[in-house]
Amino acid sequence: MTAETVNSSAAGPPAKASLLYNPQVRSGVFQLVLGALVIWGLYSGYSNAVANLQAQKIASGFGFLNNTAGFGISQTLIEYNEASTYGRAFVVSLLNTLLVAVIGIFFATIFGFLVGVARLSSNWVISRIAYWYVEVIRNLPLLFQILFWYLAVLAAMPNPRQSLSIFGIFFVNNRGIILPKPVFGEGTSVVLIALGVAIVVSLLVKRWAKQRQIATGQQFPVGWTALGLIIGLPFLTLAALGFPVTFELPELRGFNFVGGARVIPEFIALLVALVAYTAAFIGEIVRAGIMAVSHGQTEAAYSLGLRPGPTLRLVVIPQAMRVIIPPLTSQYLNLTKNSSLAAGVGYPELVSVFAGTVLNQTGQAFEVLGITMACYLTTSLITSIAMNWYNNRVALIER
Amino acid sequence: MSDQATLTDTRKGIEYVRKDMLEAAPPPANLVGPWAWARDNLFSSVGNVILTLIGVGLILLLIPPLIKFMFIDAVWVGKDRDACLEEKVGRTVGACWPFIQAKFGQFLYGFYPIDERWRVNIVYALGVLLLVPLMVPKVPYKRLNAILFFIVFPVVAFYLLVGGRFGLTHVETRAWGGLLVTLVVAVTGIVASLPLGILLALGRRSKMPIAKTLSVIFIEFIRGVPLITVLFFATYMLPILMPRGWEVDNLLRALIGVALFSAAYMAEVIRGGLQAIPKGQYEGAMALGLGYWKMTGLIIMPQALKLVIPGIVNSFIGLFKDTTLVMIVAIFDLLGQLRAAFSDPNWATPVTLYTGFAFAGVIYFVFCYAMSRYSLFLERRLNTGHRR
Repeated sequence: MTAETVNSSAAGPPAKASLLYNPQVRSGVFQLVLGALVIWGLYSGYSNAVANLQAQKIASGFGFLNNTAGFGISQTLIEYNEASTYGRAFVVSLLNTLLVAVIGIFFATIFGFLVGVARLSSNWVISRIAYWYVEVIRNLPLLFQILFWYLAVLAAMPNPRQSLSIFGIFFVNNRGIILPKPVFGEGTSVVLIALGVAIVVSLLVKRWAKQRQIATGQQFPVGWTALGLIIGLPFLTLAALGFPVTFELPELRGFNFVGGARVIPEFIALLVALVAYTAAFIGEIVRAGIMAVSHGQTEAAYSLGLRPGPTLRLVVIPQAMRVIIPPLTSQYLNLTKNSSLAAGVGYPELVSVFAGTVLNQTGQAFEVLGITMACYLTTSLITSIAMNWYNNRVALIER
Repeated sequence: MSDQATLTDTRKGIEYVRKDMLEAAPPPANLVGPWAWARDNLFSSVGNVILTLIGVGLILLLIPPLIKFMFIDAVWVGKDRDACLEEKVGRTVGACWPFIQAKFGQFLYGFYPIDERWRVNIVYALGVLLLVPLMVPKVPYKRLNAILFFIVFPVVAFYLLVGGRFGLTHVETRAWGGLLVTLVVAVTGIVASLPLGILLALGRRSKMPIAKTLSVIFIEFIRGVPLITVLFFATYMLPILMPRGWEVDNLLRALIGVALFSAAYMAEVIRGGLQAIPKGQYEGAMALGLGYWKMTGLIIMPQALKLVIPGIVNSFIGLFKDTTLVMIVAIFDLLGQLRAAFSDPNWATPVTLYTGFAFAGVIYFVFCYAMSRYSLFLERRLNTGHRR
């Protein structure tokens, strides 16, 4: 009897709980409230913005991009002058951001790997120096470092008349670094084509060498071949064309240099600070990555008869890269985002030109900041997609 | 018989064997001592010798001039720039410490009225008094201490610094500056980012699609853009987004920007901790009949937060360094105040810049290095078998 009652009650419909305690109803109501709050916040922000902008007589829309900017920019990669439009100024500043980001990433990677390896060096002096480098650099604000390089180091350089000269070709002074400027004659495009051909051929050679090694076990010096091709082929083309590239040497005339290309001090300060700062972080990442590869891997490689060089190259580094890549990606993104600190010294990049000067001139904060943020978001997205693709390729394939 | 005799003989024959352990002989002289250490660590190969020489050269290039500048050649007393000018003093001049002395008030308080600076001092003292016991693991009453630091202290500090009530004169935030602003921004960011970050992390891991989407969008958006654009957004957009006639204080705008920014980063740190909690903990809590908030508050969050305390401290370090960015939106933090002090003609000397950078650098370094050491200490202390 008792058993039957229990059974029947278990089989029957569950006791009706109050709707108040139904988790689905609760989460539904909670989400509705949350959604309504967000929509209300957005709407009231929007209506306030419309009212405020009308009261302050600030235009809206992206029409301002076609208006004349009327200000100069100290470093332009493409044609730009004061009569150019805001849209053009935007492109110039975006290119400047990308320039410092790409060069910065390149040098920070090299320098960071050096720091990471130095941290692990068996040489006590070297590993201590690397340790203190990392500690000091990581514990000082980046803006502080940028200002230090800009105000204390570069501004203290001699004036143009007393420039520090390196081989009489490069000059360093308080207006930046003056380099010889390459002037491309006819046939330069052929050289570029040769470079492209060299890269494609190297890739093909690499594929062929890999297939041959899998099939026969014979190795082929891919690296040297590729190096030879990539340097040799363009050089031969240049020689065949009779060296159409000439260099315009800088010359001191009066109080300043004429000719040559000038790298502005803001760029140097930003680049040096970004590279030094990011390299400290990359160094720690590299160190952690190499330490994450268990010592047994090295020992196993030695017992297979590999020498230290190939052990590092073929066994340790490929495994360390798996640990290194994800945080390295976020460091690259950090470097790109940190380049916005150039606003502190006036390097003409996205934030200081577009979100600074253009915003102040037009007052269209919403559009200008929207575009600026969208640029950084897109860069972040593209970088993380590319890095995820790479990461998937090198990730550990488990059984 | 004879066998027996041989055995006894043999036994007798090995009587000379030593019964007790011999003292271990010292290692050969060339394997111990500083020389052996130096040979192993510094001069083990030709490459290593070269590296050592380069390293020592680097140290000699950097450290002695630095010490010479900071201490030996430094000027310690003086009234104005004349004390630090080489042609007036007649010797090489290092750091110009009188410059720091003259500007010390500005570096600590900005342009806070001199008669009211005791209020800032009380806030500094209160902060230290509450923070130190919170950081020393042995001191009891952690919960009370945390409530005092994270909830009561900000309120008290707010009324003390802003004034306008309880008989205190009102001080405009425009007059604030220097280390005061740096610490206000950092502490506000820390205090606001923790609860916001916890909420965002929970939202991101929740099963409710709307809450999850909103959290993901917010976190990824903020993490995808530089802090400076968030600050610009807060500075230029907040006044536009507010109803007409509402004034948002300049410093408050920056504080909101910094708080939102650090909340997004904090959320990711805390999410890492949440992900490390095994499923069994959730199931155990549910089996005990705990609801969502009780489960989160009593079981999950304490474990998750404990796991990521080093990460949290690290993001505090990042936040502390990022406070310098408010300088770009015209708020005078320590670095901004420093830059302003450089343009004072009374102290215009060739060494003023370097002195200022040395001073500010030491302050930033001490704060950040102390925090990173503390996070290492916590990491070691908390690493009590939770790792699997």
